[in-house]
Amino acid sequence: MSILPPHRLDLAGHRRRNGVVPWVAYHGDDGRDRLVEAVEAAGLRGRGGGGFPTAVKLRAARSRRSIVVANGCEGDPLSRKDAALLTLAPHLVLDGLQLAAHAVGATETVLCVHAGSPVLPSVTAALAERDDHVPVRIAEVPRRYVASEESALVHYLTSGDARPLGKEPRPAERGVRGRPTLVDNVETLAQLASVVLLGPHHYRAARTDLVTVTGAVRQPGVVELPAGPSLTAVLAAAGGETEPVQAVLVGGYGGTWTTDLRLGLSGIPAVYALPASACGLEYTAKVLAFLAAESARQCGPCMFGLPSIAADFAELVRGGPSVHRLAHRLPLLTGRGACAHPDGAARLAASALRTFGADVTTHQAGGRCRVLEGVA
Amino acid sequence: MKLTVDPIGCRGHGLCADLLPEVVRLDEWGYPVLANGPLPPELAAEARRAAAACPALALRLRKA
Ligand code: SF4
Ligand code: SF4
Repeated sequence: MSILPPHRLDLAGHRRRNGVVPWVAYHGDDGRDRLVEAVEAAGLRGRGGGGFPTAVKLRAARSRRSIVVANGCEGDPLSRKDAALLTLAPHLVLDGLQLAAHAVGATETVLCVHAGSPVLPSVTAALAERDDHVPVRIAEVPRRYVASEESALVHYLTSGDARPLGKEPRPAERGVRGRPTLVDNVETLAQLASVVLLGPHHYRAARTDLVTVTGAVRQPGVVELPAGPSLTAVLAAAGGETEPVQAVLVGGYGGTWTTDLRLGLSGIPAVYALPASACGLEYTAKVLAFLAAESARQCGPCMFGLPSIAADFAELVRGGPSVHRLAHRLPLLTGRGACAHPDGAARLAASALRTFGADVTTHQAGGRCRVLEGVA
Repeated sequence: MKLTVDPIGCRGHGLCADLLPEVVRLDEWGYPVLANGPLPPELAAEARRAAAACPALALRLRKA
């Protein structure tokens, strides 16, 4: 079963294509156990980037007064898969949300999307068609990169402040308004519904990944492939390359550059194919400037460190000697913020220096690289 | 025992690096960078004093 249909499915269409959740099979406390066991047997892991086993998260948030938060914010500018799901298959996500709510014993659920998001009409129409056991509320979260971080969502729903809270306490212990809270990405919820609709064993054999592909490909957009595809397969599914690709950014703005197209992906929301005619250092400098501007400005190493490395990269592109400063600064950023935002920026910068090493040398030598010289 | 810094609480006063230079140094922006690994036991009393002195209550001592 593919989770992404070719056009939007209303409730009747969704049921014709995917079937109806067999609620009687999961009735009561034993039923909850069976549901979590099915998720475990299916080997489901979170699709928001963390890749944490979903069954473990469900067990941790189990209580009679918990809240389930569906994260549909998709802060990364290179990713569109959650928007595609909420637009084309809203009922699959909502089935998953109800199943998660049942598994943890939630009395309340919240579907978070960015304020003014284009998915709102689809989601609102889908909710109006359903008669769900546990009520679903839509929350419009400020349009910011770090607002989709788990603790930031919890903080926003509790206090209206969409900045991350830090690593402790975990939302499963004390989340929204102090209640145990399960935060799952909307793709994870759609996958959870598939586990139940297909059965865990069939799901294991048929499971797929959604990846957003942009850059030098013929049909940029969201593709669905059998789980764990290679980069070659992902680029082919997006219509193939429009011109030679020199490197691929794997994992969105906080991701890693690679030139190895045989690399297998798992739980990667987005890839960007850099054409041979573009400068990877220049692209990275732009992304770093964006990430620096998106810091929630709460933690010193993030607030001061990200603008510094963004400036270092801009200088490197202009031909300045900032590589030595970067070598000293990058290792200092990792693990020193309350969220993983600085870690992602440092990872991106370090992988750019590795992958585009030859370009670093030419930029330093004359402030121009093969792209500016027109050699590429 | 393990020393930690709450990154949101820390205001970069740098007092901790004065009080506990064996374990804490400051980065170029004045925020503390802690040495890796567990705290040497002979520094436990000093570390407790430094944690108590942090004006932002961001420096914490935990049982590792
Ligand atoms: S690390 Fe950056 S984005 Fe994350 S909480 Fe701290 S200041 Fe905000
Ligand atoms: S004394 Fe406290 S606030 Fe000052 S730098 Fe150290 S941890 Fe941060």
